[in-house]
Amino acid sequence: MEIIYLLFIVLLAAFLGFELIRKVPATLHTPLMSGSNAISGITLVGALAAAGGDNELLTTVLGTAAVALASINVVGGYLVTDRMLSMFKKKEK
Amino acid sequence: MNDIETIINLAYVVAAALFILGLKLLSSPDSAKRGNFVSAIGMFIAVVVTLLDQQIISYQYILAGFFLGGAYGAWKAKTVEMTAMPELVSLFNGFGGAASLLLGWATLAGMSIVALETTGAFTFITVFFTILVGGITFSGSVIAWGKLSGKMSSKAVIFTGLRELSILHIIAMFAIGYLFTTDPSNSLWLYCAIALALSFGLWATISIGGADMPVVIALLNSYSGVAATAAGLATGNTILIVTGLLVGASGLILTNIMCKAMNRSLMNVLLSGFSKPVEAGEKIEGEIKILSAQDAFYVLEAAQSVLVIPGYGMAVAQAQHAVREMQSLLEDNGCTVDYAIHAVAGRMPGHMNVLLAEADVPYDQLYEMDDVNPRMENYDVAIVIGANDVVNPAAKEMKGSPIYGMPVIEAYRAKTVFVLKRSANAGFAGVDNPLFFKDNTRMVLGDAKDTINSIIREFGDD
Repeated sequence: MEIIYLLFIVLLAAFLGFELIRKVPATLHTPLMSGSNAISGITLVGALAAAGGDNELLTTVLGTAAVALASINVVGGYLVTDRMLSMFKKKEK
Repeated sequence: MNDIETIINLAYVVAAALFILGLKLLSSPDSAKRGNFVSAIGMFIAVVVTLLDQQIISYQYILAGFFLGGAYGAWKAKTVEMTAMPELVSLFNGFGGAASLLLGWATLAGMSIVALETTGAFTFITVFFTILVGGITFSGSVIAWGKLSGKMSSKAVIFTGLRELSILHIIAMFAIGYLFTTDPSNSLWLYCAIALALSFGLWATISIGGADMPVVIALLNSYSGVAATAAGLATGNTILIVTGLLVGASGLILTNIMCKAMNRSLMNVLLSGFSKPVEAGEKIEGEIKILSAQDAFYVLEAAQSVLVIPGYGMAVAQAQHAVREMQSLLEDNGCTVDYAIHAVAGRMPGHMNVLLAEADVPYDQLYEMDDVNPRMENYDVAIVIGANDVVNPAAKEMKGSPIYGMPVIEAYRAKTVFVLKRSANAGFAGVDNPLFFKDNTRMVLGDAKDTINSIIREFGDD
C-alpha cells in the first residue's frame, strides 16, 4: 500500500509541476532554472538525518557532504535568483 | 506516527504549498521576486522542522556542512557575472545530483545487516536509481560547466566507438541494477553503480557541442530534480518526492521548448555525437557589403524603428550595457527600439533576457520570435548582435542545410539589416549564412562592443 501511495504522490506532483511551469514566461526561464536549483536543494532535508543521526562514521561523512552540497544549492540558488529577479524592470511610462 | 512525526509531516505540507505558490508567482516578472521569497520560506520551514526529528542527536556536522556549503553558495551567488549564469546553473545542477547520490549511498550505508535482509526490493531499486541519476547529473554537469566556462573545448568530442560505448553502458546499468538490488550487502555493486553513472554522464555530455548546450543544461536541471525524487522514494520522504518532481517537470518543459525552437527531437540532440558529421551543405556564394560604424550611425539616426536581435556573441563581448546606451540615444532621437529574443539564443533558456535586464532594458521591450516575425517589414533597421543560426534564412530556404526547418527570426525581411560580426572575408566567400549576402544586409565588422560604442560616440558628436 505504501508504494501505491507514493506513486500517487509522484503522479499528482508531476502533473502539477507541468501545469505550473508551462505558465512561466520565456523571459524568466533563467531565473526559473536557478530557482529550480534552489528547490532541488530539498535533498538537504533528507541528508540531515544521515549527518546528525546516531550512525556509523561512513554514513555521517556521506550525510555531512550531502548537507554541504545541498546547502550550496539552497543558499546560492535563492540568492542568485533574487539578484536576477531584482533586475527585471518594466518600462517607465 | 508519533506527535513529532505528525508535526514534521504537516510542516512539509505547508512547505510544499509554499513551493507551489512560489512557482505560481513566477508566472509574471512583477510577482516573480515575491515568488522566490515565498519559496525560500517554504525551504526554511522544511529544514527547521526536520531538525526536530528524534533521529537527529548531534548538530555539529549538520551545522558545519550547512555553513560551509551555504557560505560557498552565497559567495558564488553574489559574485557571478550575469554572462556566466549558464556555468553557475550547470554547477548547481551538478551539486544537486551529487547531493542525491551521496544521500542514496548514506541510506544504504546506514542500514544494519538485519535491515539489508528485511527491506523490500522497492527501496533498493530506488536507491540504485538515485545513485544512477545523481551520478549522471553530477558528471554530466561538470562537463557542461567545463565547456561553458571555457575550461575545456566547447566542441563536440566525437570518436568511433562512442555509440558502442554508450550501448555498453546501458546494458551494464541493467546488469548492475539487477545484481545491486538482489545482493545489496555487497559493496562491490554499489561502487560499480557509482562508477557507471559517472562514466555515462561524462560520455553522454562530452559528445554534445556548445550550441546545443541550452538543451543539455535544461535536461540536467530536470535530472537533478528526478534524482531528488528518487532519493525521496528511497528514504520515504514525501517532501523530496514532490519538490524533486516540480524541478523535474520544470527542466523537462524547458528541454522541450529548446528542442522545438531548434526543430529537433531530444533524441536527435542527445545522439548527435553518434551520427556521422553532416557534410557542410551547399556553400552559398555572394558579395558581402561592409559598412563602417560611422555610416551605420547615419542610417540609425534616420531610422524610426529598430529591432535588436542578440545572440551568444553579445554575451561574449559583454556588449549589453553598450546596447542599452545606444537604445537610450535612439529613443531620445524619436526612434522605437524593440528586442527579439530567440528561445535558443545564448547558452541557456532565457540567457539574453537576463543580460538585458542586467543592463536595465525593460522586459516589456523584449519580444519572442513569433511576436516580431509578422511585423518584421515595419522595422527600418534590424541589428543582429552576435547571433547566427537564429537569424539564418537557410533554415527556410535551403533544404540541404543542417538547420533546415528550424524556426528563425526573419531579420532579412526588415528594411535594412546590420550584422555585427567580429570578422568576415570581404568580397566573395563561402559562408553558411545567406543572410550576409542579402541585398539589404550590411556587415559592420569588429568587436560588437567597440562597434556599438563607436556608434554611441557619433551620437555624442552630433
